[in-house]
Amino acid sequence: LPDGVNISKEARSAISRAASVFVLYATSCANNFAMKGKRKTLNAGDVLSAMEEMEFQRFVAPLKESLEVYRREQKGKKEARKDKDKKADSEEQDKSREEDNDDDDERMEEEEQNDEDEVDN
Amino acid sequence: AEMAAARLSGTENRLVSLPLSRIRVIMKSSPEVSSINQDALFLTAKATELFVQYLATYSYKHGRGKEKNALTYTDLSHTAEECETFQFLADILPKKILASKYLKMLEKEKRDGEMREDDGGEEEEDEDEA
Repeated sequence: LPDGVNISKEARSAISRAASVFVLYATSCANNFAMKGKRKTLNAGDVLSAMEEMEFQRFVAPLKESLEVYRREQKGKKEARKDKDKKADSEEQDKSREEDNDDDDERMEEEEQNDEDEVDN
Repeated sequence: AEMAAARLSGTENRLVSLPLSRIRVIMKSSPEVSSINQDALFLTAKATELFVQYLATYSYKHGRGKEKNALTYTDLSHTAEECETFQFLADILPKKILASKYLKMLEKEKRDGEMREDDGGEEEEDEDEA
């Protein structure tokens, strides 16, 4: 919105509710695509298909771009771990992976991410 | 690549501003959904961000709030009612109505119902303006 535009409390609350409804609608729609593909896990393609179905095609291109950046970012974290491994044990790549202590935090982060894919319900 | 990632994860230039954990909770509340891939979670969050921007700017552009340099609830409600893309929001963004008008509508419906049943002679209560 242009600078200086006021948004009433009521409008803010309404937008917040609208966002929640949007997530639910998008999820339900994406899930239909996943089920069509006989998959139990929602993936990126399902969400993009949902956007088209919901008539938000305008989002698809910017979403794809953001996804690229996000994936590179995630990959960058992995590479950073690999690089640290290389440094810890200059030439011998195979040993270093076992002996890694410094990157427990990053590794835990990745494990957490994997957990998110598991079924909670 | 590391520098770009660092820049992106700084508070001002986050790749997405909505919290992924919260989005995930809402997605999981859907009974048929079993699991969600990381990319899908990210895309949903990003899409919601784009949606909020779209809803706000559309409503502002087409609404009367801008006469007072504001985005109002009424602007949002109009958008839900008038724009097909946003019609799924119509139920949660209902039009506001004066309580007195609503009471009159109820009274009228009641009277119409009674007339059909041939029930004459009922006293009408005084209308109270809310």
